[in-house]
Amino acid sequence: MKARARVVAAGDGAGGTRLTTLRSEAPLVLRDTPGGLYLVGGAGGPLGGDDLAIEIEVGAGARLTIRTAAASIVLPGRPGDGPSNLHVDARVAAGGELRWLPGPVVAVQGCVHHVEMVVALEEGAALMWREEVVLGRHGEPPGSVRSRATVDVGGRPLLRHELALGPGHPGAASPAVTAGARAVGSVLLAGPEWATGAGSTVVGDRAVVLPLAGPGWQVLALADDAPALRRQLIAGIEAAARHTAGRAAP
Amino acid sequence: MNLLLLTDGRFPAGGHAHSGGIEAAVMAGRVTGVDTLAVFLAGRLTTAGRVAAALAAAAASGAHDLVELDAEAAARIPSPALRAASRTLGRQLLRTARSVLDAADLPDDLHHPVAMGVVCAATSGLGPADAARWAAYDAISGPASAAVRLLGLDPFRAWGVVAALMPEADAIAAGAAAGAARPLTHLPSCSAPLLDIGAEHHAASEVRLFAS
Repeated sequence: MKARARVVAAGDGAGGTRLTTLRSEAPLVLRDTPGGLYLVGGAGGPLGGDDLAIEIEVGAGARLTIRTAAASIVLPGRPGDGPSNLHVDARVAAGGELRWLPGPVVAVQGCVHHVEMVVALEEGAALMWREEVVLGRHGEPPGSVRSRATVDVGGRPLLRHELALGPGHPGAASPAVTAGARAVGSVLLAGPEWATGAGSTVVGDRAVVLPLAGPGWQVLALADDAPALRRQLIAGIEAAARHTAGRAAP
Repeated sequence: MNLLLLTDGRFPAGGHAHSGGIEAAVMAGRVTGVDTLAVFLAGRLTTAGRVAAALAAAAASGAHDLVELDAEAAARIPSPALRAASRTLGRQLLRTARSVLDAADLPDDLHHPVAMGVVCAATSGLGPADAARWAAYDAISGPASAAVRLLGLDPFRAWGVVAALMPEADAIAAGAAAGAARPLTHLPSCSAPLLDIGAEHHAASEVRLFAS
């Protein structure tokens, strides 16, 4: 299945935000709700062979939050279908804010999933970007996921972060990488209100909040399951907010 | 011979003071003996080692602006403790190379793998492939040697683990050299979350043998 979705959010000049473009294709359906924009997946999926792409544009003064209605359960396709691919391309103008807060990606046994995220922030743009990967459904062995985030601020690199997890990536369960943790996640906080404050904070045994070399923070956590991971990530965001002017509530 | 000189553990560039994350992993109970050391090193090689080899080869190729390349290196190290260690090792290497190799025009402040590449480019007979091999080897030899000290491991068995990883290290170095001139955003950025997490715990710990 090949699907393209595109959303453009523009500031209305009075502190509000209008969606000037909202285009979806099943199984990538974007739905505007009072609580933000929801990405509503079709039943099951992504599926092996899927080629999905979302393009997001946030203009000056606009605020956009994108969530998913549920976890994404990534399933293998039929033999020969190849990997599933998701490409997210986002641009945020100065004074704009994007919060990308999807639910966890659950890599089901046999799946091969690739995620490519490219985010370009203008100087003065704000970003909260969450990524959660759960290796396998409860009690099942996992599939494989590779995700790669490329985030620039004002044309300069802020974060290059690639995760390769599951049986297709030897070394992924190494004590240097995940030590077999089933849930791996991060939140990137960038923009003026997250301008780097004091040193890093240890949030838990397997969770830290890291001031980056550029204007932002990365919360990085491992856990045994999705709820525990979410708790660690929220604790990390709160810790970063204490060091900066950032707003914690996701 | 110049590559042997640079990669010699006795070359005075300060590498012996750093454990490559193995001390944090030992403190957390994640590495306890030769078997866990083997999987630690394999994971470190395919993540941090692959990234370091790619950055070193790119720096040695002369195809990139060094300031931009150094910023790409920084964007691949979210942990401030690891960024500081990488900076320290880079500065020490450049200072040593300026003096030992009589290369006065080397820059003085770069991340460690970028510094490795720059030193190779300034050294007779060395190029991107050598820089990549050096960085890949350094990614596992340092932590292996630190593990022997920290855990009192049988050095023969510990170095047997390193030897067994040489084919993989060669393959990673070859890939890095082949891609040395590709656009900077295409360089690998494989992260090892527990190296970043462990480095911050380690930096906050009061009792430690190694600087990182």
